[in-house]
Amino acid sequence: MAQADTTKSSSRNGHESPATVDDPGAWAARPPSLIDRAWRELAGIVQRRLPRADLDERDPDFIREQLPLFWLFSSVWFRGEVRGLGNIPDDGPVLLVGNHSGGNMIPDTMVFSVAFSTYFGVERAFYQLAHNLVLSIPGLSWLRKFGTVAASPTNARNALSSGAALLVYPGGDYEVHRPSWQSGRVDFGGRDGFIHLALEQDVPIVPVVAIGGQETALFLTRGERLARLLALDRVLRLKVLPISLSLPWIVNIGDLGHIPLPAKITIETLPAIDLRAEFGPDPDVGEIYDHLIRLMQDTLDALAAERRFPVLG
Amino acid sequence: MRIKDDIVVAGPVQTAWSVIADPARVLSYMSGVTRWEVAGDLPAGLGARYRMLFRIGAAEVGGLIEVVEFSEPFEFAWTSITGLDQRGRWRLREVPGGRTRIEFRLAYVVAGAGLSGWLAERIAAPTVSGHVRQTLKQLGRIIEHEQLRERAARRRAGARGG
Repeated sequence: MAQADTTKSSSRNGHESPATVDDPGAWAARPPSLIDRAWRELAGIVQRRLPRADLDERDPDFIREQLPLFWLFSSVWFRGEVRGLGNIPDDGPVLLVGNHSGGNMIPDTMVFSVAFSTYFGVERAFYQLAHNLVLSIPGLSWLRKFGTVAASPTNARNALSSGAALLVYPGGDYEVHRPSWQSGRVDFGGRDGFIHLALEQDVPIVPVVAIGGQETALFLTRGERLARLLALDRVLRLKVLPISLSLPWIVNIGDLGHIPLPAKITIETLPAIDLRAEFGPDPDVGEIYDHLIRLMQDTLDALAAERRFPVLG
Repeated sequence: MRIKDDIVVAGPVQTAWSVIADPARVLSYMSGVTRWEVAGDLPAGLGARYRMLFRIGAAEVGGLIEVVEFSEPFEFAWTSITGLDQRGRWRLREVPGGRTRIEFRLAYVVAGAGLSGWLAERIAAPTVSGHVRQTLKQLGRIIEHEQLRERAARRRAGARGG
């Protein structure tokens, strides 16, 4: 899952072009080496694999049929506990902002999505923004039926203006791969595009705080240097190349999947925040960002204090 | 999956019915239910609709339900309109000695989900069964407590009159 950054341009289908995200000038300035060309080719493959963003692909009947399976994982494997769903407005567009944990297996997203869909019913439109790479992985096309769309400003705007609930993880790949010993830290890496989005669309923000995901494997490092060295940031919008100890690989580099340990996932949904009512008609984005981080960190601290043992919860 | 249980309470059927038919009191006795709100213009009776949620495992399941049987003071049944496919029934019968036998039935089915649905139904069953049993106990306590209050009120009225 990834962040919604409204400050960047988007291509015609609502998906970011990885090669244009950072600094296209710098990319083009030096002569392409063999490795550069190979990466560009890979970026092209990822981009070609991305489906056209179509909110209509979300399929309530499909979700209804799959809910029991995900309920089983959520209830039996992760012993999920989602609190405070009543804080989410019963209808209308809303931006759900979560801290992200658990690597690419995104157990917190699954637990929350199951709880949201059963609480409000599959009829309520609910979308989640995901990293381009997630949607381009073969075999994960069913995510689109669940309402998962590529993280881009266009897709985020389209979802909210259609009246849907939208789940974003501003910390994205940066936060989801933080070391396991930083499990109790909310870290959006300064990404505040979601606040611009909420203000632009004039929708409330509902913070969603989760704990437990980072215990589903032993995440050792984000591997930011390695990602830069391999130019993954420019080619695939990947700031990280995480290294973890996880099943069945033992040493897992890149985290293209693993069997998550059955860590207890607890999620707390906080009261909705009407940004203009709380911060004035012309609010300061930095002030909102700091407030949200503080609020979510306090909640995460309280959830962490409830846990007695890693994994067991 | 169909789950049912019953209890005999020391109170007349009318008292039991007044508790069961009042949507505002559902949360006070129905174990596991986290939401029971009137949805629509009709607060109670045949055709009344409620939005109900029931905590099972990691999720609150339920949805919109409609009362399809409302035969005072003996039968109260609902069926789901959205969400989990379910039917619920309260069956009240008079028992000699001014008591009432209350039967609570809950039937649910996870349709169209194949093996995972079949498994989910069975894994959820012990939890649902526990909630049904607890619901009857709590309902029994409420009814018997109301009986005590009514008797005490009658005694006080009699003492004042005498």
